Amino acid sequence: MNLEKKYHRDTLVIKIAGEFDLVTAEEFRRVVDPELERRQVRNLVINLGGVSFIDSSGLGVIIGRYKKLSQSGGKLWIAAARPPVRKILELSGIQKIIRFYESEKQALEAVREA
Amino acid sequence: MENKIRLEFTGIGENVALARLVIASLAGQLNFTLSDIEELKVAVSEAVSNSIIHAYSAVPSGIVILEAWQDTDSLVIRISDMGKGIADIQKAMEPAYSTEPDRMGLGFVFMQSFMDDLQVDSEPGKGTTVTLVKKISSDAGTFNSSQN
Repeated sequence: MNLEKKYHRDTLVIKIAGEFDLVTAEEFRRVVDPELERRQVRNLVINLGGVSFIDSSGLGVIIGRYKKLSQSGGKLWIAAARPPVRKILELSGIQKIIRFYESEKQALEAVREA
Repeated sequence: MENKIRLEFTGIGENVALARLVIASLAGQLNFTLSDIEELKVAVSEAVSNSIIHAYSAVPSGIVILEAWQDTDSLVIRISDMGKGIADIQKAMEPAYSTEPDRMGLGFVFMQSFMDDLQVDSEPGKGTTVTLVKKISSDAGTFNSSQN
């Protein structure tokens, strides 16, 4: 899995490419958690545009970060999920608590307006 | 001749992708749609991940066995481990039930949603066998034969 991180003010944007499973969920946690703690991140945008596969391990780590951010008053946003990935996200029911956006740009606009 | 595979591998995370790849490749030889293949990959990923995370949580070098064969109009996939087993299968299959933090308890939900049949046999201390059955779509067969 390829994982890129960048900042827009107090928003951390994580762009992932590859398959989001048991192995990559661990890598995601290892990269993202220190950022959330060290930089006191308020908002996390996860760009799933390059993700070709996701299972409950990938979903679990997204929900885990959502819970962490909620505890500190922050928010999590999902951007650019492709149809097969989006199908899994929808089946899991996480769209009830996390909003999906078509692109990273749209997600960042939503963060600014929130 | 009907195809049959059997693969034994160490229960480490890296091999979850290997199991997915093998099943996607086998399903590609049959008349499965791309959407069916995606669903098969998710179900296999969940079953193999369960063996690694739960069955072998205390035994990192445990062996997982992946078997698959065609049974008339279906693909049958069997994932077995010799791990700690599941004491209460019904509880383990409940949506949102998980013994681990950061996990959603959706593994069996995905397997049930995407497969036509799911069977779980388990004995504490002996291991678990998950059998997944996916019907080969008759529509896809028609589509493929019209291409020939």
